[in-house]
Amino acid sequence: MSKIIAIVGLGSCGIAAGAGKIFDKLNLFAESKKYDVLVKKTSCIGMCYREPLVEIIDKFGKYLYGGVDENILEEILEQHTKKQSPLNKYVVHSELLKTKDDVFWEGQIKIALRHCGYIDPESIEEYEKYDGYKALRKIADKNISRDDVIKEILDSGLRGRGGGGFLTGLKWKFAKAEVSDVKYIICNADEGDPGAFMDKNLLEGDPHSIIEGMIIGAYAIGASVGIVYCRAEYPLAIVRINIALEQARKNGYLGKNIMNIKGFDLDIYVKEGAGAFVCGEETALMSSIEGKRGMPRKRPPYPAVSGLWKEPTNINNVETYSNVSWIINKGAVAYSKYGTEKSKGTKAFSLTGKINHGGLIEVPMGISIHDIVFKLGGGIQDGKKFKAVQLGGPSGGCIPAHLDNTIVDYDSVNATGAIMGSGGIVVMDETTCMVDIARFFLDFTQKESCGKCTFCRVGTKRMLEILTRITEGEGKDGDIETLETLSYQIKDGSLCGLGQTAPNPVLTTIKYFREEYEAHINDKRCPAGSCTKLLSYEIIPDLCTGCRICAINCPSSAIDGAKKEIHFIRQSDCISCGICVIKCNFDAIKVY
Amino acid sequence: MEKILKKYKHASRDNLIPILQEVQDKEGFLSEKMLVKIGKHLKLPVSKIYGVATFYNQFRFQPKGKYHIQVCRGTACHVLGSASVMQELKKILKIKNDETTRDGLFSLEIVACIGACGLAPVIAINGEFHAKVSSESIKKIIKNLKK
Ligand SMILES: Cc1cc2nc3c(=O)[nH]c(=O)nc-3n(C[C@H](O)[C@H](O)[C@H](O)COP(=O)(O)O)c2cc1C
Ligand code: SF4
Ligand code: FES
Repeated sequence: MSKIIAIVGLGSCGIAAGAGKIFDKLNLFAESKKYDVLVKKTSCIGMCYREPLVEIIDKFGKYLYGGVDENILEEILEQHTKKQSPLNKYVVHSELLKTKDDVFWEGQIKIALRHCGYIDPESIEEYEKYDGYKALRKIADKNISRDDVIKEILDSGLRGRGGGGFLTGLKWKFAKAEVSDVKYIICNADEGDPGAFMDKNLLEGDPHSIIEGMIIGAYAIGASVGIVYCRAEYPLAIVRINIALEQARKNGYLGKNIMNIKGFDLDIYVKEGAGAFVCGEETALMSSIEGKRGMPRKRPPYPAVSGLWKEPTNINNVETYSNVSWIINKGAVAYSKYGTEKSKGTKAFSLTGKINHGGLIEVPMGISIHDIVFKLGGGIQDGKKFKAVQLGGPSGGCIPAHLDNTIVDYDSVNATGAIMGSGGIVVMDETTCMVDIARFFLDFTQKESCGKCTFCRVGTKRMLEILTRITEGEGKDGDIETLETLSYQIKDGSLCGLGQTAPNPVLTTIKYFREEYEAHINDKRCPAGSCTKLLSYEIIPDLCTGCRICAINCPSSAIDGAKKEIHFIRQSDCISCGICVIKCNFDAIKVY
Repeated sequence: MEKILKKYKHASRDNLIPILQEVQDKEGFLSEKMLVKIGKHLKLPVSKIYGVATFYNQFRFQPKGKYHIQVCRGTACHVLGSASVMQELKKILKIKNDETTRDGLFSLEIVACIGACGLAPVIAINGEFHAKVSSESIKKIIKNLKK
């Protein structure tokens, strides 16, 4: 028998799919010496659609296995230890053989996510082995000045990945220019877009790269206190970043006179958010750290001038920081080689919804939506028709299928009315109702509005009421126009980004799918067949077996018929709930 | 509770949220009594504390059930049918969001994306994820828990 290494992907998606059990089982095998295997763990490699994932390394190379359960695991171990060959049918990725999942990897360039799924996130040694803290060491050894660090980041063209897209180097320059005894550096790990998980994967998968980026940023601007503001909904991320901080302190990357740079003192700690979307906005975030209600305030003054506790503060997103050490190591030129003229480098996206290959990807800026959906993403689930993608979450908008040649960079996406956002891409097919999606986002922003501005607070509520009416078949003439007017009023009358962008999902769906709104309002019909209240149901006599299951389950007792006889829905009593469709085992219910 | 307050002996305003989080972690929820105590400790009016606690979604004012069910309302889960899962749960448990069943067995909470969107729709029961749930599978899950 020959020794093999088994690495289990223990990100939260892996754990949700049962990777914990696989990990325990492997450890049992190793302890009992049933198989000669060294067990390690890593985080999510991005192939969420194939979880649980186990990578096996034998003397020939590496094989990534997908959809592993306990039985398959034994089969794989048998094969590798006894026959010294891979079990090809379960391999989803390997440099040694071709798999049908290879398309998922083609076109991906991993910079921010370079370590995710490859190293053990709870081991600083592994991070160090893969160029970890090398950038910081380079700065110390070569005596690179603070201005030169800033210049390198500026030259790379790196723009903030939290959604705003502001040049990171420029932000640092402003913060450095302020004179003050104390400055703060903050990492925005509040990842508010529901349906996006890039930052979570980075925090869980490579916490040291974020810390190293923050240390370099602190050096550049002259900060002595760092704070990672992390969502409470990410318990695993919080655990891992705390472990990493402790290790960094022990190894002298945090503390006093860091790397023997005289006077460079820094400590970083974690602050847990408490579940408010608006706290992702930078001024609200700082007010939340101060222990207050997380309400945005007017800018200027910008955080660089007056931020946390009124001191100069630099705030960047998780992904922004994780790019920093790579840029210092490899140089601005290497980074700006990727991307388009005004959007340099790569961007991580979480790809979800009605897509075959849902997961986490990192691609160079400038790739088209079409390539993301149909090449990497493997197309639409169940062979359905592609309808639109949603970019930028509650602040963003929908890009329809006919514009799928749109390339992803800040300017091209903005031109469609959507925004790049933080990197959530939700794919929708012909069965997704666009009015319902607009309603969904408005429901979200309406609940999350902090209430400070009247237009944001009341306006979103009015819009939600109208949208709800439309999806329930109570739409009226003029509703679309009212929605548009309200949208522009909210945009103009709101203080922070939440209100200013809240109408985007409505405006883009009206712009590209106006006929869908009209069908709901004028014909009381939902073209996607999704708004249950607008659907009618009828039993197809030829298929009905008279099993009575629909009649028993109908909450409104609207279905008549004796056992073994053809049933009938009394339309006057039908409340269009759709339960009969779910219940019927013979597809005997027609929806129209 | 006393222990937590002791830990934050010289606490200032910015400790308020961490204290609320730790107390809720220990006790499962925040009662009026607890808020009053925290107020005394931090020398802040209870109304201020209540204002902060109600602002954030994380804090609850009712005890959790033995099984605390969190339903994701994120976009990915919505597109793949989380609304019908929620509806089914409300129906079988006969409670609404943020409520607890009379027998104290189940409580229900809607949460923003829990970051497992690749496996949507997702729910978490006492922190353990259940992937790709449907209004059908949820019935079985609840039935098994009732046993
Ligand atoms: C309502 C709202 C929510 C936001 N949520 C986030 C978030 O979750 N994560 C984030 O990094 N930035 C978020 N931002 C953007 C931040 O205000 C800020 O621009 C960003 O953290 C700056 O970092 P960057 O320059 O590295 O992008 C949000 C902004 C608004 C208006
Ligand atoms: S725009 Fe909305 S969320 Fe932003 S400050 Fe105004 S009310 Fe609050
Ligand atoms: S949308 Fe439900 S887990 Fe992200």
